[in-house]
Amino acid sequence: MSETLTKAAARNIFYGGTAFFFAVFVALTVHSVSKANAIAAANPVTPSVAAGKHVWEKHSCINCHTLMGEGAYYAPELGNVWVRFGGKEDANGAREALKAWMKGQPSGVEGRRQMPQFNLTETELDNLADFFKWTSEVDTQNWPPKVSG
Amino acid sequence: MKYQSQKVALYYFAGALALFVAQVLFGTLLGTVVVAPNFLADLVPFNILRMIHTNALIVWLLMGFFGCAYYLIPEEAETELHSPKLAVLQFWLFLIGAAAAVVGYLFKIHEGREFLEQPLWIKLAIVVVALMFLYNVTMTVLKGRKTAITNILLLGLWGIAVFFLFSLYNPNNLVLDKMFWWWVVHLWVEGVWELVMASVLAFLMIKLTGVDREIVEKWLYVIVAMSLFTGILGTGHHYYWIGTPAYWQWIGSIFSTLEVLPFFAMVVFTFYMVWKGGRTHPNKAALLWALGCSAFAFFGAGVWGFLHTLAPINYYTHGTQVTAAHGHLAFYGAYVMLNIAMFTYAMPLILKREPYNQLLNMWGFWITSGAVSFMTFALTFAGVVQTHLQRVLGMSFMEVQDQLQLFYQFRLGAGIFTLLGVVLIVWSLVVPGKAKESTGYQAAE
Repeated sequence: MSETLTKAAARNIFYGGTAFFFAVFVALTVHSVSKANAIAAANPVTPSVAAGKHVWEKHSCINCHTLMGEGAYYAPELGNVWVRFGGKEDANGAREALKAWMKGQPSGVEGRRQMPQFNLTETELDNLADFFKWTSEVDTQNWPPKVSG
Repeated sequence: MKYQSQKVALYYFAGALALFVAQVLFGTLLGTVVVAPNFLADLVPFNILRMIHTNALIVWLLMGFFGCAYYLIPEEAETELHSPKLAVLQFWLFLIGAAAAVVGYLFKIHEGREFLEQPLWIKLAIVVVALMFLYNVTMTVLKGRKTAITNILLLGLWGIAVFFLFSLYNPNNLVLDKMFWWWVVHLWVEGVWELVMASVLAFLMIKLTGVDREIVEKWLYVIVAMSLFTGILGTGHHYYWIGTPAYWQWIGSIFSTLEVLPFFAMVVFTFYMVWKGGRTHPNKAALLWALGCSAFAFFGAGVWGFLHTLAPINYYTHGTQVTAAHGHLAFYGAYVMLNIAMFTYAMPLILKREPYNQLLNMWGFWITSGAVSFMTFALTFAGVVQTHLQRVLGMSFMEVQDQLQLFYQFRLGAGIFTLLGVVLIVWSLVVPGKAKESTGYQAAE
């Protein structure tokens, strides 16, 4: 490596530059947090949505499914499952279909991926549906490209 | 090995190797479930198997990092470790915590967020373990010689602990949850973990090639500068589609593309040092792993990361098997190989054995590396097909998965060979081999 760059100079560039880029990152994060709070202001995270998120975590759904593309890729994307079940047109129909789906697992079909039966209560199922509805309404820059997720 | 207290590293190496086998074993089980979905379905569901697979990986890599630090820091600082007893206690706490977490997972006790499934009390125990560790190594460095390698390593290790604290923050707003989840996950693997990687590689280069410290350390600063200048804002490539503003598409695309640079620099650095050193170190297996580490990290983290990091491409590939392909090769190249390089270098010195079972170790290298590469190719092809069918044509997820079966069968085959390779590696490190003719290895160090 060039003799013009001394070790001390390289060290100073490292520490100074890291501080700079981290500061930029923090500033952008602060701005993004305000946007995320604006999302929640326009579309409130109700106690039911929050409880639904807890149901989602309690059963670690993300270790099979994906949510906004993040998760385990073993089972379908659920960030837009509300839309896929027709929730935009018929909210009650989508809710009932989701609940019936959850109650009908596992399918037991040989050779098909099996979703466990989580024995959720009616309230938990409603919370989960509310969480999916809320999530589907987040502005994800038009992701996913197809309703198939 | 110059200091007695370096021996505590052996606990960590042994624990890490045991968890390594467990991690790959669970990976093989998962690969089997993907091919034959009814397998284990009634006993342990996929989500539980997967959290054990990923958590075992994270814990053993961290355990390996701790071991690397305990070996490296006394030698660099030229002083005994502040408290070897504390280091041993810390090991058992960490191991018991990890074991308790896994047993809990089998009984469905977990917090459910991906990679951060540990129950709160385990997370807090991890913080305690981290503080014990940081106290011990920081005190050691403070009383001893301060080198660029220990500075960077300590910064990386402190960063690991600091960013882990964000795992305790779980807001009800999913967008915020996801944003700060990445402060742990991304700022670890594409941030502070790279500091650990670069500093351990620098240490190995000094030891294995005999190149002058001044040169190695200048390279080290340049590499880690590139890592953090690109990696911090590179976080943006996770902020494309999770409810965050659109400007992240530009920031994430540009900076995460540049994230390839530090990995390329590490390839140039390691190969150039070996060429410049021109010395034949008897521990050829350690050198093979060190060079393999930079090369595979470049392909896995660098090239396979770049494949799907540009926002217009990621729009289609996000959350497909392309991501899985990248994840496997990146972790293997950057962090698995780094740890095995250090274990292969340090274990014979701690155990006072000649470089032993070198051939077996190198077979392990080639079989495992070949198998993980093959797995990566299979998953990449699966991901490309999936992207087209699901994201372009709009076919449903399950229909598309049926089309990927052949790739998943190849992946399972590769997984079985990976398991075989890992058993060879562990065997070669643990079981004493026939001592070769003395090569003056102890003196060379």
